[in-house]
Amino acid sequence: MSLQIERTVTAVWRLESAKIIAHVARITRDVGVAEELAQDTLLSALQRWPSEGLPDKPAAWLMTAAKNRALDHVRAEALHARKHEELGADLDAQQAHIVPDFVDGLDAARADDIGDDLLRLIFTACHPVLSTEARTALTLRLLGGLTTAEIARAYLAAEPTIAQRIVRAKKTLAAARVPFELPPADQRSERLASVLEVIYLVFNEGYSATAGEDWLRPALCEEALRLARVLMGLMPDEAEVLGLNALVEIQASRLAARTDREGRPVLLMEQDRSRWDPLLIRRGLAALQRIAELRQALGPYALQAAIAACHARAVKAADTDWDEIVALYDALCQVSPSPVVELNRAVAVSMAEGPAAGLALVDELVAAGTLDRYHWLPSVRGDLLAKLGREAEARAEFEKAAAMTANERERQLLLARARS
Amino acid sequence: MRFMIIVLANATSEAGVLPPLDDPIFADMEAFHTELAQAGVLLDANGLKPTSAGWRLRYEDGAKPRVLDGPFAETKELIAGYTLIQVRSREEAMEWSRRFPAPFRGQACEVEVRQLYEPEDFEAGTQGGP
Repeated sequence: MSLQIERTVTAVWRLESAKIIAHVARITRDVGVAEELAQDTLLSALQRWPSEGLPDKPAAWLMTAAKNRALDHVRAEALHARKHEELGADLDAQQAHIVPDFVDGLDAARADDIGDDLLRLIFTACHPVLSTEARTALTLRLLGGLTTAEIARAYLAAEPTIAQRIVRAKKTLAAARVPFELPPADQRSERLASVLEVIYLVFNEGYSATAGEDWLRPALCEEALRLARVLMGLMPDEAEVLGLNALVEIQASRLAARTDREGRPVLLMEQDRSRWDPLLIRRGLAALQRIAELRQALGPYALQAAIAACHARAVKAADTDWDEIVALYDALCQVSPSPVVELNRAVAVSMAEGPAAGLALVDELVAAGTLDRYHWLPSVRGDLLAKLGREAEARAEFEKAAAMTANERERQLLLARARS
Repeated sequence: MRFMIIVLANATSEAGVLPPLDDPIFADMEAFHTELAQAGVLLDANGLKPTSAGWRLRYEDGAKPRVLDGPFAETKELIAGYTLIQVRSREEAMEWSRRFPAPFRGQACEVEVRQLYEPEDFEAGTQGGP
């Protein structure tokens, strides 16, 4: 097959697959079946187009072909068992909408339902009945259009492991009879939190990989940015959606500055801020501005974004408004308390009030013992001890942190600090 | 990776003549950019005023740059607007650009697509950029 056509088809598929799967899922009421039917459609396009040439509107072709497959599937099912009477009524309703000129039909579908279908797909893929890992894999597959191999590569997992995870996730959704619908009002915040968590986890995996040799995996960051932007387009008045968006835009603005030319990590305060991406900062600040206009209380993502914005606004590290950051961490400790947030707050306090004040808070965390496996705890403690001139204790903390991280780049950085 | 879809100028845009507000081009452009935004692809987009409102700086060996006021003559090489997108592949950028509405209805016009340099283009071992 011509490589160029294959690449074009793959690109069109990536642009359209989520919309196609979402639309098909509304017909089949099962995202697993929807994805298989959509994949079959892609295969038939890959078989036909190299000899027949690309259709004028490949996206419309794929959507219509997939929809027809879905209708055939539902019709066969209905004939088979006659078990879902409502399905029959649905099917009639669907057929009434089928317009012979599929381009018109597609445009009409675009105008009203596609957005809702996509939202349903996101909420289904991120359903709390699934484990975090399953939600993530399924989201990258269904919403990102990533192949199993690509997901496996991003997570340094074996391909069959990811394939199995996706298959199991689809089965879980089917077994739990998760409906393909927008969450009912009483589940809304829990369901949305589940969606936001998945997107942020994907971002963080790219931003600061938990294992492996490369510190960054920009492709995962870009995928998360894209998903966050898609979600913001679908839910433009949801403060926490805007908050997540602002957070990932501003954090992504630092990507180029987070490593030096040899690929070693550079921490926030040492970064060359001229390498921060002003366009992404501006987009993040604009999202924060829209949250302010909504006049809702700030949730955990919006607060984290506001903290990131404080750093983004400081042209030089020394200009950072640490008092404001401490105040934002205080608010974050209220709405989303966790030992990690406490640790970050301790760092902010050390910057605003001096290392001794920070160390006192860190030592409380050490005593509580909840962060025993978190390598940033000894790393931060080492940093504060070094600032207080307690070199030998600092070295021991950096060595302890280095032994705890699974990331090779971080380990080297920590060992270097222990030696200095 | 990022691409800039550049709308090249023509006599109309250089004359600073905007289409009437009910021209379908506004709705087409808005619909296209909404689609880009909803696909999570759109970073930025703007129209540029004609070069008669702009200027150039010309640098010659070591001398201070000279300010040259617009308008400039080579209309087809000037820029009338841009749309900045972030996509996963060159082919995706190609597909989006194919869907870009013809910017000047009923007139010959061109849209040019250029890829932006990324930080990794400047990393050791990948020299060749500026």
